[in-house]
Amino acid sequence: MNQVTEEQSIRMEKVCYTVGGRTILSDFDMELERGVNRTILGVSGSGKTTILKLILGLIHPQSGRVFINGLEITNRAEAEYREQRKKIAIVFQGGALFDSMTVGENVGYRLFEEGRLSQAEIEEIVQEKLRFVGVEPALDLYPAELSGGMKKRVAIARALAADPEYIFFDEPTTGLDPIGVYNIVSLMNRLQEAGKTTLMVTHDLPTAFATSQRFSLIHESRLAFEGTEAELRDCPLPNVQEFLQPTDKSLFV
Amino acid sequence: MIRLSAIDQQLLGFFARFQAFFFLAWQAFVRIFHKPYYYRDFAIQFDKLGFSSLFICVLTGLFTGMVMALQALIQLKPFAATSYVGGMVAVTMIKELGPVLAALMVAGRVGSAITAELGTMVVTEQVDAMRVEGTDIIQRLVTPRLKAMLVALPLLTIITDAISMLGGYLIASGYGISPIMYLSTFTQFMVPLDYLEGVTKPLVFAFLITMISCQTGLNTGGGAEGVGAAAKRAVVLSSVLVLMCDFFIAKIFVVFR
Ligand SMILES: Nc1ncnc2c1ncn2[C@@H]1O[C@H](COP(=O)(O)OP(=O)(O)O)[C@@H](O)[C@H]1O
Ligand SMILES: [Mg+2]
Repeated sequence: MNQVTEEQSIRMEKVCYTVGGRTILSDFDMELERGVNRTILGVSGSGKTTILKLILGLIHPQSGRVFINGLEITNRAEAEYREQRKKIAIVFQGGALFDSMTVGENVGYRLFEEGRLSQAEIEEIVQEKLRFVGVEPALDLYPAELSGGMKKRVAIARALAADPEYIFFDEPTTGLDPIGVYNIVSLMNRLQEAGKTTLMVTHDLPTAFATSQRFSLIHESRLAFEGTEAELRDCPLPNVQEFLQPTDKSLFV
Repeated sequence: MIRLSAIDQQLLGFFARFQAFFFLAWQAFVRIFHKPYYYRDFAIQFDKLGFSSLFICVLTGLFTGMVMALQALIQLKPFAATSYVGGMVAVTMIKELGPVLAALMVAGRVGSAITAELGTMVVTEQVDAMRVEGTDIIQRLVTPRLKAMLVALPLLTIITDAISMLGGYLIASGYGISPIMYLSTFTQFMVPLDYLEGVTKPLVFAFLITMISCQTGLNTGGGAEGVGAAAKRAVVLSSVLVLMCDFFIAKIFVVFR
Protein backbone atom coordinates (compact mmCIF):
# COMPACT_ATOMS: atom_id res chain seq x y z
CA MET A 1 0.00 0.00 0.00
CA ASN A 2 2.63 2.52 1.02
CA GLN A 3 5.13 1.20 -1.48
CA VAL A 4 7.12 4.22 -2.72
CA THR A 5 7.77 4.25 -6.43
CA GLU A 6 9.00 6.50 -9.19
CA GLU A 7 7.10 4.63 -11.85
CA GLN A 8 4.74 6.86 -13.84
CA SER A 9 2.71 4.45 -15.89
CA ILE A 10 -0.16 2.02 -15.99
CA ARG A 11 0.77 -1.50 -16.96
CA MET A 12 -1.03 -4.74 -17.79
CA GLU A 13 1.07 -7.89 -17.94
CA LYS A 14 -0.20 -11.12 -19.48
CA VAL A 15 -3.74 -10.44 -18.34
CA CYS A 16 -6.29 -13.22 -18.88
CA TYR A 17 -9.97 -12.63 -18.23
CA THR A 18 -12.77 -15.16 -18.59
CA VAL A 19 -16.43 -14.67 -17.82
CA GLY A 20 -19.16 -17.30 -18.03
CA GLY A 21 -16.79 -19.76 -19.71
CA ARG A 22 -15.91 -17.23 -22.43
CA THR A 23 -12.38 -15.92 -22.81
CA ILE A 24 -12.53 -12.16 -23.28
CA LEU A 25 -8.80 -11.47 -22.96
CA SER A 26 -5.79 -13.74 -23.11
CA ASP A 27 -2.19 -12.73 -22.38
CA PHE A 28 -2.97 -9.09 -22.93
CA ASP A 29 -0.09 -6.62 -22.44
CA MET A 30 -0.41 -2.87 -22.42
CA GLU A 31 1.53 0.09 -21.09
CA LEU A 32 0.28 3.64 -20.70
CA GLU A 33 3.19 5.97 -19.93
CA ARG A 34 2.61 9.46 -18.52
CA GLY A 35 2.40 11.85 -21.45
CA VAL A 36 2.06 9.22 -24.16
CA ASN A 37 -1.61 9.02 -25.09
CA ARG A 38 -2.87 5.69 -26.26
CA THR A 39 -5.90 4.30 -28.04
CA ILE A 40 -6.96 0.69 -27.85
CA LEU A 41 -8.74 -0.26 -31.04
CA GLY A 42 -11.13 -3.14 -31.48
CA VAL A 43 -14.51 -4.02 -32.92
CA SER A 44 -17.67 -4.04 -30.76
CA GLY A 45 -17.64 -6.77 -28.16
CA SER A 46 -13.90 -7.35 -28.42
CA GLY A 47 -13.34 -6.54 -24.74
CA LYS A 48 -12.34 -2.88 -24.81
CA THR A 49 -14.55 -1.81 -21.90
CA THR A 50 -13.38 -4.91 -20.04
CA ILE A 51 -9.77 -3.69 -20.30
CA LEU A 52 -10.65 -0.35 -18.68
CA LYS A 53 -12.56 -2.08 -15.88
CA LEU A 54 -9.63 -4.42 -15.25
CA ILE A 55 -7.24 -1.48 -14.86
CA LEU A 56 -9.65 0.25 -12.49
CA GLY A 57 -9.92 -2.90 -10.41
CA LEU A 58 -13.70 -3.04 -10.90
CA ILE A 59 -13.20 -6.63 -12.07
CA HIS A 60 -10.24 -8.92 -11.48
CA PRO A 61 -8.32 -11.01 -14.01
CA GLN A 62 -7.96 -14.77 -13.61
CA SER A 63 -4.23 -14.37 -14.17
CA GLY A 64 -1.75 -11.66 -15.05
CA ARG A 65 -0.97 -8.42 -13.26
CA VAL A 66 -2.12 -4.80 -13.36
CA PHE A 67 -0.06 -1.92 -12.00
CA ILE A 68 -1.02 1.71 -11.38
CA ASN A 69 2.13 3.84 -10.96
CA GLY A 70 4.01 0.77 -9.76
CA LEU A 71 1.40 -0.50 -7.28
CA GLU A 72 0.04 -3.91 -8.17
CA ILE A 73 -3.72 -3.84 -7.73
CA THR A 74 -4.41 -7.39 -8.84
CA ASN A 75 -5.76 -9.55 -6.03
CA ARG A 76 -5.85 -6.72 -3.53
CA ALA A 77 -9.01 -5.66 -1.75
CA GLU A 78 -10.68 -2.58 -3.21
CA ALA A 79 -9.99 -0.56 -0.07
CA GLU A 80 -6.24 -1.05 -0.55
CA TYR A 81 -6.06 0.55 -3.97
CA ARG A 82 -8.83 3.12 -3.66
CA GLU A 83 -6.29 5.89 -3.04
CA GLN A 84 -4.03 4.88 -5.93
CA ARG A 85 -7.02 4.63 -8.24
CA LYS A 86 -7.89 8.28 -7.61
CA LYS A 87 -5.08 9.09 -10.06
CA ILE A 88 -7.41 7.76 -12.75
CA ALA A 89 -10.75 9.11 -13.88
CA ILE A 90 -13.01 7.54 -16.47
CA VAL A 91 -15.62 8.83 -18.86
CA PHE A 92 -17.99 5.92 -19.34
CA GLN A 93 -19.61 5.22 -22.68
CA GLY A 94 -23.06 6.57 -21.80
CA GLY A 95 -21.64 9.10 -19.36
CA ALA A 96 -22.86 7.13 -16.32
CA LEU A 97 -24.09 10.33 -14.67
CA PHE A 98 -25.90 9.77 -11.37
CA ASP A 99 -29.47 10.39 -12.39
CA SER A 100 -30.71 11.23 -8.90
CA MET A 101 -28.35 14.22 -8.76
CA THR A 102 -28.08 17.50 -10.65
CA VAL A 103 -25.24 18.22 -13.05
CA GLY A 104 -23.54 20.32 -10.37
CA GLU A 105 -23.82 17.55 -7.77
CA ASN A 106 -22.48 15.05 -10.31
CA VAL A 107 -19.43 17.12 -11.10
CA GLY A 108 -18.74 17.87 -7.45
CA TYR A 109 -19.52 14.31 -6.34
CA ARG A 110 -16.05 13.29 -5.25
CA LEU A 111 -15.30 16.62 -3.60
CA PHE A 112 -18.57 16.47 -1.63
CA GLU A 113 -17.78 12.87 -0.63
CA GLU A 114 -14.28 13.70 0.53
CA GLY A 115 -15.61 16.65 2.52
CA ARG A 116 -12.27 18.46 2.65
CA LEU A 117 -13.45 21.62 0.91
CA SER A 118 -16.21 24.03 1.85
CA GLN A 119 -19.45 24.24 -0.10
CA ALA A 120 -18.36 27.52 -1.71
CA GLU A 121 -14.98 26.15 -2.77
CA ILE A 122 -16.58 23.10 -4.34
CA GLU A 123 -19.09 25.22 -6.23
CA GLU A 124 -16.21 27.31 -7.54
CA ILE A 125 -14.43 24.21 -8.89
CA VAL A 126 -17.65 22.80 -10.36
CA GLN A 127 -18.30 26.06 -12.23
CA GLU A 128 -14.75 26.09 -13.54
CA LYS A 129 -14.92 22.50 -14.84
CA LEU A 130 -18.30 23.08 -16.47
CA ARG A 131 -16.93 26.20 -18.14
CA PHE A 132 -13.97 24.17 -19.43
CA VAL A 133 -16.26 21.67 -21.17
CA GLY A 134 -18.69 24.40 -22.22
CA VAL A 135 -21.91 23.34 -20.47
CA GLU A 136 -22.04 25.89 -17.67
CA PRO A 137 -25.77 26.70 -18.12
CA ALA A 138 -26.64 23.07 -17.31
CA LEU A 139 -25.55 23.39 -13.67
CA ASP A 140 -28.96 22.78 -12.09
CA LEU A 141 -30.39 20.39 -14.67
CA TYR A 142 -30.79 16.65 -14.13
CA PRO A 143 -29.02 14.18 -16.48
CA ALA A 144 -32.35 13.14 -18.01
CA GLU A 145 -32.71 16.68 -19.35
CA LEU A 146 -29.41 16.62 -21.28
CA SER A 147 -28.57 15.54 -24.83
CA GLY A 148 -26.09 12.70 -25.46
CA GLY A 149 -23.24 15.06 -26.28
CA MET A 150 -23.89 17.21 -23.21
CA LYS A 151 -23.95 14.11 -20.99
CA LYS A 152 -20.52 13.15 -22.26
CA ARG A 153 -19.17 16.63 -21.63
CA VAL A 154 -20.61 16.68 -18.11
CA ALA A 155 -19.02 13.26 -17.58
CA ILE A 156 -15.70 14.75 -18.66
CA ALA A 157 -16.20 17.63 -16.23
CA ARG A 158 -16.87 15.12 -13.46
CA ALA A 159 -13.73 13.21 -14.39
CA LEU A 160 -11.71 16.45 -14.19
CA ALA A 161 -13.04 17.57 -10.83
CA ALA A 162 -10.76 15.17 -8.99
CA ASP A 163 -7.67 16.41 -10.87
CA PRO A 164 -6.54 12.98 -12.12
CA GLU A 165 -3.26 12.11 -13.87
CA TYR A 166 -4.89 9.70 -16.29
CA ILE A 167 -8.27 9.93 -17.98
CA PHE A 168 -9.91 6.94 -19.63
CA PHE A 169 -12.45 7.40 -22.41
CA ASP A 170 -14.82 4.58 -23.36
CA GLU A 171 -15.94 5.18 -26.96
CA PRO A 172 -16.34 8.94 -26.40
CA THR A 173 -17.42 9.67 -29.97
CA THR A 174 -19.77 6.76 -30.58
CA GLY A 175 -23.27 8.01 -31.36
CA LEU A 176 -22.29 11.69 -31.75
CA ASP A 177 -22.78 13.89 -34.83
CA PRO A 178 -19.65 15.36 -36.54
CA ILE A 179 -19.78 18.54 -34.46
CA GLY A 180 -20.09 16.50 -31.29
CA VAL A 181 -17.10 14.42 -32.36
CA TYR A 182 -15.08 17.55 -33.09
CA ASN A 183 -15.94 18.97 -29.65
CA ILE A 184 -14.81 15.82 -27.88
CA VAL A 185 -11.57 15.57 -29.86
CA SER A 186 -10.65 19.18 -29.17
CA LEU A 187 -11.50 18.73 -25.49
CA MET A 188 -9.21 15.72 -25.35
CA ASN A 189 -6.42 17.68 -27.01
CA ARG A 190 -6.82 20.53 -24.52
CA LEU A 191 -6.65 18.03 -21.65
CA GLN A 192 -3.45 16.58 -23.07
CA GLU A 193 -1.95 20.07 -23.30
CA ALA A 194 -2.89 20.53 -19.66
CA GLY A 195 -0.75 17.51 -18.78
CA LYS A 196 -3.35 14.74 -18.56
CA THR A 197 -2.59 11.37 -20.13
CA THR A 198 -5.50 9.85 -22.02
CA LEU A 199 -6.33 6.23 -22.71
CA MET A 200 -9.19 5.81 -25.15
CA VAL A 201 -10.90 2.65 -26.35
CA THR A 202 -12.82 2.95 -29.61
CA HIS A 203 -13.32 1.66 -33.12
CA ASP A 204 -13.31 5.19 -34.51
CA LEU A 205 -9.97 5.52 -36.37
CA PRO A 206 -9.99 9.27 -37.20
CA THR A 207 -10.60 10.15 -33.54
CA ALA A 208 -7.89 7.74 -32.50
CA PHE A 209 -5.33 9.29 -34.86
CA ALA A 210 -6.34 12.80 -33.78
CA THR A 211 -5.79 12.13 -30.08
CA SER A 212 -3.13 9.46 -29.61
CA GLN A 213 0.51 8.69 -30.21
CA ARG A 214 0.41 4.96 -29.65
CA PHE A 215 -2.12 2.32 -30.59
CA SER A 216 -3.03 -1.21 -29.52
CA LEU A 217 -5.32 -3.38 -31.58
CA ILE A 218 -7.23 -6.17 -29.94
CA HIS A 219 -8.42 -9.01 -32.13
CA GLU A 220 -10.08 -12.21 -30.93
CA SER A 221 -9.10 -11.60 -27.29
CA ARG A 222 -5.42 -11.09 -28.13
CA LEU A 223 -3.14 -8.14 -28.76
CA ALA A 224 -2.77 -8.09 -32.55
CA PHE A 225 -0.69 -4.94 -32.84
CA GLU A 226 1.11 -2.32 -30.74
CA GLY A 227 2.88 0.75 -32.11
CA THR A 228 2.64 4.19 -33.69
CA GLU A 229 0.27 5.43 -36.39
CA ALA A 230 2.86 4.92 -39.17
CA GLU A 231 3.62 1.41 -37.93
CA LEU A 232 -0.08 0.64 -37.77
CA ARG A 233 -0.67 1.74 -41.36
CA ASP A 234 2.35 -0.23 -42.60
CA CYS A 235 1.61 -3.35 -40.62
CA PRO A 236 1.27 -6.25 -43.02
CA LEU A 237 -0.74 -8.50 -40.69
CA PRO A 238 -4.09 -9.41 -42.27
CA ASN A 239 -6.01 -8.80 -39.01
CA VAL A 240 -4.68 -5.27 -38.85
CA GLN A 241 -5.37 -4.49 -42.49
CA GLU A 242 -8.86 -5.90 -42.12
CA PHE A 243 -9.50 -3.45 -39.27
CA LEU A 244 -8.09 -0.46 -41.20
CA GLN A 245 -9.95 -1.25 -44.44
CA PRO A 246 -12.82 -3.48 -43.51
CA THR A 247 -14.29 -5.46 -46.36
CA ASP A 248 -16.96 -6.77 -44.02
CA LYS A 249 -18.74 -3.64 -42.79
CA SER A 250 -20.89 -5.60 -40.38
CA LEU A 251 -17.95 -5.60 -37.96
CA PHE A 252 -18.75 -1.99 -37.15
CA VAL A 253 -22.39 -2.36 -36.29
CA MET B 1 -8.64 -30.28 -14.17
CA ILE B 2 -11.66 -32.03 -12.74
CA ARG B 3 -14.76 -31.70 -14.89
CA LEU B 4 -17.85 -30.94 -12.91
CA SER B 5 -21.19 -32.39 -13.80
CA ALA B 6 -24.08 -30.03 -14.53
CA ILE B 7 -25.66 -30.67 -11.13
CA ASP B 8 -22.42 -30.02 -9.29
CA GLN B 9 -22.06 -26.75 -11.12
CA GLN B 10 -25.62 -25.75 -10.26
CA LEU B 11 -24.94 -26.57 -6.62
CA LEU B 12 -21.68 -24.66 -6.62
CA GLY B 13 -23.43 -21.70 -8.23
CA PHE B 14 -26.15 -21.86 -5.59
CA PHE B 15 -23.71 -21.95 -2.70
CA ALA B 16 -21.64 -19.17 -4.24
CA ARG B 17 -24.73 -16.95 -4.39
CA PHE B 18 -25.74 -18.01 -0.88
CA GLN B 19 -22.30 -17.07 0.39
CA ALA B 20 -22.34 -13.78 -1.53
CA PHE B 21 -25.72 -13.00 0.03
CA PHE B 22 -24.51 -13.50 3.58
CA PHE B 23 -21.33 -11.60 2.85
CA LEU B 24 -23.28 -8.61 1.55
CA ALA B 25 -25.76 -8.83 4.42
CA TRP B 26 -22.97 -8.83 6.99
CA GLN B 27 -21.13 -5.98 5.28
CA ALA B 28 -24.28 -3.87 5.11
CA PHE B 29 -25.12 -4.59 8.75
CA VAL B 30 -21.67 -3.69 10.05
CA ARG B 31 -21.77 -0.41 8.13
CA ILE B 32 -24.89 0.70 10.01
CA PHE B 33 -22.52 1.72 12.81
CA HIS B 34 -19.80 3.22 10.59
CA LYS B 35 -19.32 6.73 9.22
CA PRO B 36 -20.33 8.31 6.89
CA TYR B 37 -23.97 7.86 7.82
CA TYR B 38 -25.50 9.46 4.70
CA TYR B 39 -28.42 10.94 6.65
CA ARG B 40 -29.84 12.49 3.51
CA ASP B 41 -29.99 9.15 1.69
CA PHE B 42 -31.56 7.59 4.77
CA ALA B 43 -34.23 10.29 4.86
CA ILE B 44 -34.96 9.96 1.14
CA GLN B 45 -35.21 6.20 1.41
CA PHE B 46 -37.35 6.31 4.54
CA ASP B 47 -39.71 8.67 2.76
CA LYS B 48 -39.84 6.45 -0.34
CA LEU B 49 -40.11 3.12 1.49
CA GLY B 50 -42.40 4.09 4.32
CA PHE B 51 -44.89 6.47 2.82
CA SER B 52 -45.29 4.70 -0.49
CA SER B 53 -46.59 1.65 1.37
CA LEU B 54 -48.62 3.37 4.06
CA PHE B 55 -51.88 3.50 2.14
CA ILE B 56 -51.81 -0.11 0.93
CA CYS B 57 -50.97 -1.28 4.45
CA VAL B 58 -53.91 0.65 5.87
CA LEU B 59 -56.29 -0.91 3.33
CA THR B 60 -54.84 -4.38 3.87
CA GLY B 61 -55.15 -4.03 7.64
CA LEU B 62 -58.69 -2.71 7.54
CA PHE B 63 -60.13 -5.43 5.35
CA THR B 64 -58.17 -8.27 6.91
CA GLY B 65 -59.28 -7.19 10.37
CA MET B 66 -62.88 -7.04 9.19
CA VAL B 67 -62.84 -10.46 7.59
CA MET B 68 -61.07 -12.05 10.56
CA ALA B 69 -63.72 -10.69 12.91
CA LEU B 70 -66.51 -11.85 10.60
CA GLN B 71 -65.20 -15.40 10.37
CA ALA B 72 -64.43 -15.58 14.09
CA LEU B 73 -67.92 -14.40 15.00
CA ILE B 74 -69.52 -17.10 12.84
CA GLN B 75 -67.44 -19.77 14.58
CA LEU B 76 -67.98 -18.39 18.08
CA LYS B 77 -71.70 -17.76 17.87
CA PRO B 78 -72.92 -21.39 18.39
CA PHE B 79 -70.84 -21.49 21.61
CA ALA B 80 -72.23 -18.13 22.80
CA ALA B 81 -68.61 -16.96 22.92
CA THR B 82 -68.78 -13.96 20.57
CA SER B 83 -67.22 -11.79 23.29
CA TYR B 84 -63.88 -13.42 22.58
CA VAL B 85 -63.72 -11.97 19.08
CA GLY B 86 -61.36 -9.13 20.05
CA GLY B 87 -58.77 -11.49 21.42
CA MET B 88 -58.94 -13.76 18.42
CA VAL B 89 -58.47 -10.93 15.97
CA ALA B 90 -55.60 -9.57 18.05
CA VAL B 91 -53.79 -12.90 18.23
CA THR B 92 -53.98 -13.62 14.52
CA MET B 93 -53.20 -10.08 13.43
CA ILE B 94 -50.41 -9.10 15.82
CA LYS B 95 -48.57 -12.40 15.75
CA GLU B 96 -49.13 -13.51 12.17
CA LEU B 97 -51.09 -11.61 9.61
CA GLY B 98 -49.96 -8.07 10.46
CA PRO B 99 -46.24 -8.77 10.03
CA VAL B 100 -46.67 -11.12 7.08
CA LEU B 101 -49.13 -9.01 5.10
CA ALA B 102 -47.22 -5.77 5.67
CA ALA B 103 -44.00 -7.54 4.61
CA LEU B 104 -45.60 -8.97 1.46
CA MET B 105 -47.00 -5.57 0.50
CA VAL B 106 -43.64 -3.92 1.07
CA ALA B 107 -41.80 -6.68 -0.83
CA GLY B 108 -44.00 -6.12 -3.83
CA ARG B 109 -44.05 -2.35 -3.66
CA VAL B 110 -40.63 -1.43 -2.31
CA GLY B 111 -38.47 -4.52 -2.86
CA SER B 112 -39.05 -4.44 -6.60
CA ALA B 113 -38.38 -0.69 -6.66
CA ILE B 114 -35.05 -1.13 -4.86
CA THR B 115 -34.00 -3.88 -7.26
CA ALA B 116 -35.02 -1.89 -10.33
CA GLU B 117 -33.29 1.25 -9.08
CA LEU B 118 -30.01 -0.47 -8.26
CA GLY B 119 -30.24 -2.64 -11.39
CA THR B 120 -30.58 0.44 -13.57
CA MET B 121 -27.58 1.98 -11.86
CA VAL B 122 -25.58 -1.18 -12.60
CA VAL B 123 -26.46 -1.49 -16.29
CA THR B 124 -25.85 2.22 -16.93
CA GLU B 125 -22.46 1.92 -15.20
CA GLN B 126 -23.41 4.37 -12.44
CA VAL B 127 -22.35 1.88 -9.80
CA ASP B 128 -18.94 1.48 -11.47
CA ALA B 129 -18.67 5.26 -11.67
CA MET B 130 -19.38 5.55 -7.94
CA ARG B 131 -16.75 2.95 -7.12
CA VAL B 132 -14.19 4.79 -9.24
CA GLU B 133 -15.03 8.01 -7.40
CA GLY B 134 -13.94 6.21 -4.25
CA THR B 135 -17.35 5.51 -2.73
CA ASP B 136 -18.00 2.37 -0.73
CA ILE B 137 -21.14 1.33 -2.57
CA ILE B 138 -22.45 -0.88 0.24
CA GLN B 139 -22.23 2.07 2.61
CA ARG B 140 -23.79 4.44 0.12
CA LEU B 141 -26.43 2.32 -1.61
CA VAL B 142 -27.28 -0.65 0.62
CA THR B 143 -26.96 0.49 4.22
CA PRO B 144 -29.24 3.57 3.99
CA ARG B 145 -31.95 1.38 2.46
CA LEU B 146 -31.45 -1.25 5.15
CA LYS B 147 -31.69 1.31 7.94
CA ALA B 148 -34.77 2.91 6.42
CA MET B 149 -36.49 -0.45 6.05
CA LEU B 150 -35.55 -1.59 9.58
CA VAL B 151 -37.37 1.48 10.92
CA ALA B 152 -40.21 1.64 8.41
CA LEU B 153 -41.42 -1.96 8.30
CA PRO B 154 -42.00 -2.37 12.07
CA LEU B 155 -43.87 0.95 12.04
CA LEU B 156 -45.98 -0.11 9.07
CA THR B 157 -46.68 -3.41 10.80
CA ILE B 158 -47.85 -1.65 13.97
CA ILE B 159 -50.10 0.57 11.86
CA THR B 160 -51.48 -2.45 10.00
CA ASP B 161 -52.15 -4.18 13.34
CA ALA B 162 -53.90 -1.14 14.80
CA ILE B 163 -56.08 -0.54 11.74
CA SER B 164 -57.06 -4.22 11.64
CA MET B 165 -58.19 -4.05 15.28
CA LEU B 166 -60.32 -1.13 14.31
CA GLY B 167 -61.70 -3.02 11.29
CA GLY B 168 -62.44 -5.99 13.53
CA TYR B 169 -64.30 -3.76 15.95
CA LEU B 170 -66.43 -2.27 13.14
CA ILE B 171 -67.76 -5.76 12.45
CA ALA B 172 -67.96 -6.83 16.09
CA SER B 173 -70.01 -3.77 17.06
CA GLY B 174 -72.68 -5.03 14.67
CA TYR B 175 -72.95 -8.09 16.92
CA GLY B 176 -73.50 -5.94 19.99
CA ILE B 177 -70.00 -6.11 21.38
CA SER B 178 -68.90 -3.07 23.38
CA PRO B 179 -65.42 -1.53 23.03
CA ILE B 180 -64.55 -2.51 26.61
CA MET B 181 -65.50 -6.13 25.96
CA TYR B 182 -63.59 -6.11 22.68
CA LEU B 183 -60.40 -4.81 24.30
CA SER B 184 -60.61 -6.75 27.56
CA THR B 185 -60.18 -10.11 25.84
CA PHE B 186 -56.73 -9.05 24.51
CA THR B 187 -55.09 -9.84 27.84
CA GLN B 188 -56.75 -13.24 28.01
CA PHE B 189 -55.31 -14.26 24.64
CA MET B 190 -52.00 -12.41 24.49
CA VAL B 191 -48.89 -12.69 26.66
CA PRO B 192 -46.07 -10.08 26.52
CA LEU B 193 -43.96 -12.46 24.44
CA ASP B 194 -46.58 -12.31 21.69
CA TYR B 195 -46.08 -8.57 21.32
CA LEU B 196 -42.34 -9.19 21.10
CA GLU B 197 -42.99 -11.75 18.37
CA GLY B 198 -45.09 -9.14 16.58
CA VAL B 199 -42.15 -6.72 16.31
CA THR B 200 -39.35 -9.25 15.89
CA LYS B 201 -40.90 -10.56 12.71
CA PRO B 202 -41.00 -7.25 10.83
CA LEU B 203 -37.38 -6.60 11.80
CA VAL B 204 -36.29 -9.94 10.32
CA PHE B 205 -38.51 -9.47 7.25
CA ALA B 206 -37.16 -5.95 6.69
CA PHE B 207 -33.64 -7.34 6.69
CA LEU B 208 -34.57 -10.16 4.30
CA ILE B 209 -36.46 -8.01 1.82
CA THR B 210 -33.82 -5.27 1.66
CA MET B 211 -30.88 -7.61 1.36
CA ILE B 212 -32.49 -9.79 -1.32
CA SER B 213 -33.57 -6.73 -3.29
CA CYS B 214 -30.16 -5.08 -3.05
CA GLN B 215 -28.24 -8.27 -3.81
CA THR B 216 -30.40 -8.99 -6.86
CA GLY B 217 -30.21 -5.38 -8.04
CA LEU B 218 -26.44 -5.12 -7.70
CA ASN B 219 -25.98 -8.35 -9.67
CA THR B 220 -28.21 -7.34 -12.56
CA GLY B 221 -26.86 -8.00 -16.03
CA GLY B 222 -28.23 -7.87 -19.54
CA GLY B 223 -29.40 -4.30 -20.03
CA ALA B 224 -32.87 -2.89 -19.48
CA GLU B 225 -34.55 -6.28 -19.91
CA GLY B 226 -32.32 -7.68 -17.20
CA VAL B 227 -33.62 -5.03 -14.79
CA GLY B 228 -37.25 -6.11 -15.20
CA ALA B 229 -36.37 -9.77 -14.79
CA ALA B 230 -34.28 -9.01 -11.70
CA ALA B 231 -37.12 -7.05 -10.07
CA LYS B 232 -39.52 -9.93 -10.59
CA ARG B 233 -37.03 -12.44 -9.20
CA ALA B 234 -36.40 -10.34 -6.11
CA VAL B 235 -40.11 -10.03 -5.29
CA VAL B 236 -40.78 -13.74 -5.68
CA LEU B 237 -37.75 -14.76 -3.66
CA SER B 238 -38.37 -12.32 -0.81
CA SER B 239 -42.08 -13.20 -0.61
CA VAL B 240 -41.36 -16.92 -0.36
CA LEU B 241 -38.61 -16.38 2.19
CA VAL B 242 -40.85 -14.13 4.30
CA LEU B 243 -43.43 -16.91 4.55
CA MET B 244 -40.82 -19.55 5.32
CA CYS B 245 -39.07 -17.45 7.96
CA ASP B 246 -42.43 -16.63 9.49
CA PHE B 247 -42.85 -20.30 10.35
CA PHE B 248 -39.39 -20.66 11.84
CA ILE B 249 -39.68 -17.52 13.96
CA ALA B 250 -43.09 -18.69 15.20
CA LYS B 251 -41.54 -22.05 16.06
CA ILE B 252 -38.78 -20.42 18.07
CA PHE B 253 -41.28 -18.31 20.03
CA VAL B 254 -43.41 -21.38 20.76
CA VAL B 255 -40.39 -22.96 22.43
CA PHE B 256 -40.01 -20.00 24.79
CA ARG B 257 -43.67 -19.52 25.51
N1 LIG C 1 -20.41 -9.70 -16.90
C1 LIG C 1 -20.40 -10.27 -18.12
N2 LIG C 1 -21.02 -11.46 -18.33
C2 LIG C 1 -21.01 -12.03 -19.54
N3 LIG C 1 -20.40 -11.54 -20.62
C3 LIG C 1 -19.77 -10.37 -20.49
C4 LIG C 1 -19.73 -9.67 -19.25
N4 LIG C 1 -19.02 -8.55 -19.43
C5 LIG C 1 -18.64 -8.54 -20.71
N5 LIG C 1 -19.09 -9.64 -21.35
C6 LIG C 1 -18.86 -9.97 -22.76
O1 LIG C 1 -17.52 -9.68 -23.04
C7 LIG C 1 -17.39 -9.15 -24.34
C8 LIG C 1 -16.58 -7.90 -24.31
O2 LIG C 1 -17.29 -6.91 -23.65
P1 LIG C 1 -16.85 -5.40 -23.66
O3 LIG C 1 -15.54 -5.27 -22.98
O4 LIG C 1 -17.97 -4.62 -23.10
O5 LIG C 1 -16.70 -5.11 -25.22
P2 LIG C 1 -16.49 -3.74 -25.98
O6 LIG C 1 -16.41 -2.68 -24.97
O7 LIG C 1 -15.24 -3.94 -26.76
O8 LIG C 1 -17.67 -3.58 -26.89
C9 LIG C 1 -18.78 -8.94 -24.87
O9 LIG C 1 -19.04 -9.90 -25.86
C10 LIG C 1 -19.68 -9.12 -23.69
O10 LIG C 1 -20.86 -9.79 -24.07
MG1 LIG D 1 -17.68 -1.13 -24.59
